[in-house]
Amino acid sequence: MKLTPTKLTLLLACTMSLLTAGCSKQADNDSAKAPKVTIDPNPYPSTYSPIEGQPTLITNVTILDGVGNRIENGSIYFADGKIQALAESGQTLEVPDETAIIDGTGKWVTPGIIDNHSHLGVYPSPSTRSHSDGNEMTNPVTAQVWAEHSVWPQDPGFGRALAGGVTSLQILPGSANLFGGRSVVLKNVPNRTMQDMKFPDAPYGMKMACGENPKRVYGQKGGPMTRMGNVAGYRQAWSDAQDYMRKWDKYETDYEAGKDAKAPKRDLKLETLAGVLNGDIRVHMHCYRADEMTVMMDVMQEFDYQIGTFHHAVEAYKIADKLKENDVCSAMWADWWGFKMEAYDGIRENIPAVHAAGACAIVHSDSDLGIQRLNQEAAKAWSDGKRAGLDIPMKDAWTWLSANPAKSLGIFDKTGSLEKGKQADVVLWNDNPFSTYAKAEHVYVDGGLAYSLSDSTSWPVSDFELGQVGEGDNK
Amino acid sequence: MNKLIVLLVALTMTSYVHAENIAIVGGKVHTMTSQGVIENGTVLLSNGRINAVLANGDVPDGYRVIDASGKVVTPGFIGALTSLGLVEVSSSSGVVDASVEITPISKTGAAFDVQYAINPDSSLIAITRLEGITSAATTMNRSDYLFGGQGAVINLEGHRLDGESANANKYKSEYESGQTPVLKSGAFMTVDAGSDGAEMSGGSRASLWVMLDKVFEEAKQASDNLSPEKSWYGINSRLDVAVLKRVVAGDMPLFMRADRAADIRQVIAFKDRHSSINVVLVHGVEAWRVAKELAGANIPVIIDPEYNLPGGFDQMGATLTNAARLHEAGVEVAIGMDTHNIRLAAQHAGNAVANGLPHETGLASLTSVPAKILGLEKEVGSLRQGARADVVIWSGDPLEVTEAAESVFIGGKAIKMESRQTKLRDRYMSLQQKKHATPSQYERVE
Repeated sequence: MKLTPTKLTLLLACTMSLLTAGCSKQADNDSAKAPKVTIDPNPYPSTYSPIEGQPTLITNVTILDGVGNRIENGSIYFADGKIQALAESGQTLEVPDETAIIDGTGKWVTPGIIDNHSHLGVYPSPSTRSHSDGNEMTNPVTAQVWAEHSVWPQDPGFGRALAGGVTSLQILPGSANLFGGRSVVLKNVPNRTMQDMKFPDAPYGMKMACGENPKRVYGQKGGPMTRMGNVAGYRQAWSDAQDYMRKWDKYETDYEAGKDAKAPKRDLKLETLAGVLNGDIRVHMHCYRADEMTVMMDVMQEFDYQIGTFHHAVEAYKIADKLKENDVCSAMWADWWGFKMEAYDGIRENIPAVHAAGACAIVHSDSDLGIQRLNQEAAKAWSDGKRAGLDIPMKDAWTWLSANPAKSLGIFDKTGSLEKGKQADVVLWNDNPFSTYAKAEHVYVDGGLAYSLSDSTSWPVSDFELGQVGEGDNK
Repeated sequence: MNKLIVLLVALTMTSYVHAENIAIVGGKVHTMTSQGVIENGTVLLSNGRINAVLANGDVPDGYRVIDASGKVVTPGFIGALTSLGLVEVSSSSGVVDASVEITPISKTGAAFDVQYAINPDSSLIAITRLEGITSAATTMNRSDYLFGGQGAVINLEGHRLDGESANANKYKSEYESGQTPVLKSGAFMTVDAGSDGAEMSGGSRASLWVMLDKVFEEAKQASDNLSPEKSWYGINSRLDVAVLKRVVAGDMPLFMRADRAADIRQVIAFKDRHSSINVVLVHGVEAWRVAKELAGANIPVIIDPEYNLPGGFDQMGATLTNAARLHEAGVEVAIGMDTHNIRLAAQHAGNAVANGLPHETGLASLTSVPAKILGLEKEVGSLRQGARADVVIWSGDPLEVTEAAESVFIGGKAIKMESRQTKLRDRYMSLQQKKHATPSQYERVE
């Protein structure tokens, strides 16, 4: 069994909590020995509490449940923050008297959109230098930094994204570094603090980056200055993390054997890397080129970890078979290309091509404007695929927006589809969301109405915008 | 001797192939003229020009008929403000002709001229045109000077692969006989009249506007012939003066970029002081707040209607309803500011329509309005008799993200619906669909 700081904590959390009644006996028994050193894996816990919701029934509506089913003239009922039931046309759902009933004729219901690539809060609006908190460009390996410590919850972009149907999102560090640091997953209910938005029990992610950016940033600052330098940098860091894990293993073993073991000094950088190697932290890797992604999948085999998702993955279509084989998702734009060499081979059919090969495809934004209309990004990819002979039904294409990003973030057991028992993160669209003209009419997060198109007083206004020319986009 | 004759005939045939006569029938035709929208219209293309747009289906003899039933026909879209032909890859990839640093030829930047820098073989040209954009205003997007120099309008025919010729000289195109892709050079001048312009002028608008006034006053007052023999102490270089004289005369529109309402009011006041100058407002995030004044001053705008965030203190009033409110007040709105993805201008216009802009006005923002701004309304941007035969047949509503251009005609000729991107797609779709693929670089799809 691999013993690593984070696993240790889960096993032995109570040994730290000497004040906890249930643990005190054990502490007494071991009183001759120094208390065992363990590490709290969750020092910045979520304080998120959902908007209070009302039991809600939407009837006569077209439902894409996000896991491959489409119901025409269906009904959906959610209450107590959870999806309670879906019904086919003609079926009736028993609901309590206080239920809000919405006639969804001509409208569509989908799971809330999940963007697994956002820099809201770390590169907020206004984009002043004093707000530029997304890239710790001081060393190519900064696994020790956590995006959540940069997130400015007053970024007006959160509210705008909510109007686009985004109910959860991952905030990533930038891509200047080989290892950019930890990500944080948020519920998109703008509030006072990052912790107030933090998605409860979502695993951490770690940002890594291939290619041009680390080369460009560090080429004249001690390296890496080449792609081979990049790979050497990842490998050395993984090797250092393995060494660090062995030290903790030894401490663990010696302690259990009753020896007077001294805990290794915590190294925050290696601690996060160790979290990846033991599977607690998910890898989100910025990587454009097919050849580089393939090299990275070899590095992944070499050091026995899993890359969860390649981000941008502009050339994923070239190696969709290999991505499937290695169980790595690709988070992509519909059509961005050409702004740098590694984005030169972008094609419009990237997303449907990855899907058609049986690999995991995700639509992501990486943009404070793009995040507001990810449904249109999916619509473009869907129709471009169709014209190229990849006829993917809309009900499957919606997996790019909710289920697959939820899987990528490790929260699919909680959200990402309209299945009974899941968090009621739901969007009611006033039209087919694969249309330019469709808008999110209601956005529910955990069953609470977080946004209503027709009621501009429900639109979040950040502190920054309050008392300014426009208060939100409600002018 | 016979051989020579054959060769001469072949050369004559390939050097200029007349566009055939084409009748596009049965489509829903958005003429963007007083003819409005014609259900089941007929568009006749002849000699590279629009010959007629008819409401009935009668097609004269000698026309190849293309059935557009159930489809939508529009003039080719115009990229309202791009750097097409000036940039292949923006970052870390060699010279980008869309930016210029300090050089002795100019003191204020007015003299620069992108017409010499257009590369019609740029992959962006084919990638863009097969999505229904057939011409574009193009200019520099970064200059270390007050002005961004003179922009040009280009058509996107590029260098054609002449499929009708078996001749080895496959790349011969009509533009090589002394012609270029430039439809109009010296088409407009750009200047930043907001924060970036202030940065260029010592860091304050207090300097920027004094500078702008002075620069134009100087151009007005300077002699028409500033020869090298005579001494010259101006803020502008001699060449700058010559170009700015055209701006002052109203021949070359001045594209002034500004976002905050106070800056836009300064733009209007500038236009008031220099009434001969043909001013166009660019970007204009808060333009809706000054919409009536803009309409009164007859200043059209080129905007990105999706920009709705306070990206800085000049943009606090950003809203998705900018385009609709400007239109409502009587301001002419053009949409489309990008380069690699100028093809998304139709989506931008669609989102403006989703936020209150009338649909036909959304189409006008991509066609007739930019054509008028660029002084080319008789050439492009509408299906009027005598205009260039730049025509697109769409699968449906062009502003819908799920619809696409199916046939594109530039100068009356159907372009091949092919680009570097479609070739990459076909290569890898073919490779992924085979069980035992050949090495990728041997994979070609014809």
